[in-house]
Amino acid sequence: MAKSGTVGQPGAAYTFVKSDQSVRRHTFAVIVDNEPGVLARVIGLFSGRGYNIESLTVSTVTEDESVSRINIVTTGTEMIIEQIKAQLERLIPVHNVHDLTLEGAHVEVELALVKVRAKDHNRRESLRIADVFQAKVADTTLESFVFQIEGTTDKVDSFIELMRALGDTEIARSGVIAIARGAGVVEV
Amino acid sequence: MSTKQMTGAEMVIKSLADQGVDVVFGYPGGAVLPIYDALFKQNHIRHILVRHEQGAVHAAEGYARSTGKPGVVLVTSGPGATNAVTGLTDALMDSIPIVCLTGQVPTHLIGNDAFQECDTTGITRPCTKHNYLVKDVNKLSRTVHEAFYVATSGRPGPVVIDLPKDVQFATGTYEMPKSAAHKTYKPTVKPARDRIEAAVDLLLNAKRPIVYAGGGVINAGPNASKLLTEFVRMTNYPCTLTLMGLGAFPANEPQFLGMLGMHGTYEANWAMHDCDVMLAIGSRFDDRITGRLDAFAPKSTKIHIDIDPSSINKNVRVDLPIIGDAGFALEDLIKVFKARQKKNDAAAMDRWWGKIDEWRAIDCLNFKTNKDVIKPQEAIRRLYEKTLADGRDTFITTEVGQHQMWAAQHFHFQKPNRWMTSGGLGTMGYGLPAAVGTQLGNPDGLVIDIAGEASILMNIQELSTAVQYRLPVKVFILNNEYMGMVRQWQELLHGGRYSESYSEALPDFVKLADAYGMKGLRAQKPDQLDGVIDEMLAHDGPVIADICVDKAENCFPMIPSGAAHNDMLLGPVEEGKDAIGAAGKVLV
Repeated sequence: MAKSGTVGQPGAAYTFVKSDQSVRRHTFAVIVDNEPGVLARVIGLFSGRGYNIESLTVSTVTEDESVSRINIVTTGTEMIIEQIKAQLERLIPVHNVHDLTLEGAHVEVELALVKVRAKDHNRRESLRIADVFQAKVADTTLESFVFQIEGTTDKVDSFIELMRALGDTEIARSGVIAIARGAGVVEV
Repeated sequence: MSTKQMTGAEMVIKSLADQGVDVVFGYPGGAVLPIYDALFKQNHIRHILVRHEQGAVHAAEGYARSTGKPGVVLVTSGPGATNAVTGLTDALMDSIPIVCLTGQVPTHLIGNDAFQECDTTGITRPCTKHNYLVKDVNKLSRTVHEAFYVATSGRPGPVVIDLPKDVQFATGTYEMPKSAAHKTYKPTVKPARDRIEAAVDLLLNAKRPIVYAGGGVINAGPNASKLLTEFVRMTNYPCTLTLMGLGAFPANEPQFLGMLGMHGTYEANWAMHDCDVMLAIGSRFDDRITGRLDAFAPKSTKIHIDIDPSSINKNVRVDLPIIGDAGFALEDLIKVFKARQKKNDAAAMDRWWGKIDEWRAIDCLNFKTNKDVIKPQEAIRRLYEKTLADGRDTFITTEVGQHQMWAAQHFHFQKPNRWMTSGGLGTMGYGLPAAVGTQLGNPDGLVIDIAGEASILMNIQELSTAVQYRLPVKVFILNNEYMGMVRQWQELLHGGRYSESYSEALPDFVKLADAYGMKGLRAQKPDQLDGVIDEMLAHDGPVIADICVDKAENCFPMIPSGAAHNDMLLGPVEEGKDAIGAAGKVLV
């Protein structure tokens, strides 16, 4: 005997109806104690809960090296982004978490070293493009250049794409560092 | 700040004593011998020797849940620490304050794959609220005190302190910090007043309100449960509790709808589905509670009070989040409510209660008794009635499975801290060690582990602990010779192909009790049930009561996985019909 009602609403199990399902890219600045294991806590949180990491940078930022700043670029729905912030704030050695994308205008920069191996015309072309992008030459041999380029992720992406067309490449990227525009200073 | 020179091992004991710890659950080994030596030389702290480290953590959980104090665990490095992992995860999921001290190989050997070495802080990072590796003896006492603060404040949870052996031997300065304040960890406990005002506005305008409270109310202390009771009585709102929240509101009050969720009552789930304003307190919209999310209380405005900001909007989007301790929030809610001097629309409330009474009239927990075979529900009901007649303060622990759900449905709790069960992690083998810990925290209480024959075997070795410390715990086994919940799901989902869910080669539990030096009883027919329960309760010592129950009984009502609150199964499904859709089958 089955005594059960029915629901006239569509949708699969474990899905949301009302919330915004579009995936967005957010940049976080996470201020943490500079102690062993703190980066593992942050990364473990992301992998354990299935969040994405597009890029991650970490370095100490205070004079006494007691505090580090982790910049994370991540993607997710509105609910996931909100969860990421709340979960990061739950970690004991975390001082505070800033969703720079949500907080307003900010500067985002990354650095890349791009080695390109090319000869003749392609070699000359790589140098011309580097000039257009204001990339510096960090090293050179007769058959290669190492360019140093900094700027937004988009700019670095386009530069790398062009270099790939000219020869064999090897890329090292720092990931995004970011800071809010204006005179405000984040407390540590 | 009082300071004194001593060894690391002595510091551990002194810190525990200064934290008011009276019981430690543990198991010795090479990497914690200095601490065991320091334990030997003192009389403040009682050590309970368990038979497996998992048992130590569950015992500490039972102690913590039944007393409100943090549970303390002491285990060795390597296997000692890894065996504790299940218990730590259980405590994290159910927000139980635990401080777990683990031994570690000496600092100079860390990373060398030394004997009984494991990366304890690495392994326990995702299953603790926080963990520490202490490499400097002068930071040891501060770390222990900080660990207690972290474990017990905010949303409670387990904390691990990993102690290399050389640090235990080293001499340093003991410090007892004056203030518990932490430089980065500052949980919000006082709710924002304007949010409370807004909540009262929403509630007063509600035509179909409901209170949905959980384990957070219990964690906020017995006073929070009193305040919840006062609030519900004052407003006459229907109140439902989660598995972890049972006891936070007295089950015999007219406003109580019973437990909600997958095996909750018909009236609780329908009232949740049809409510217009939901007040969630210390509950986390777990998937066992919500069922199908897009059909969860679809027409409701949701107010969510929780101490953990990450619980807000995690599974269900809420309209009014309030961060704070459940006790403080209820206190403020009551104050604001009284100040308003208003009541909900009486006619609307009458209609709402009328509707609820109709759902109640279904009598969803009803079952057919049989004079030849003991029904498991009947066994729990008789046990409940007998404990009421017994009059002792009764504490129930459970393992995990059908018996756990039947206990939640048919055993009724009037007070908090009387119900110890593994809710979030669903750990079979939790109940017996939890009963050991509960009995230690409540020496005069009547402690009963309602168990299944499969679950009890997962930590059966703890019977030895009960016997050693003369703990009169009662193990009440609903023996249906199946992993009942697995069998039930196989029946509903997999065409009755009972793959590996039969409890083959079971021990004779009466003889097993005898072997452990405790009393063993068995009931095979309904007319033996009362006698066995009476004898079990009357015996001054640990008892196993093997209750042979109906092997085919299933746990109802049930919201099949992937279904909505108003899509409940009240009884067995008709032949040839599928209870669970394709989308539900992939869910657990």
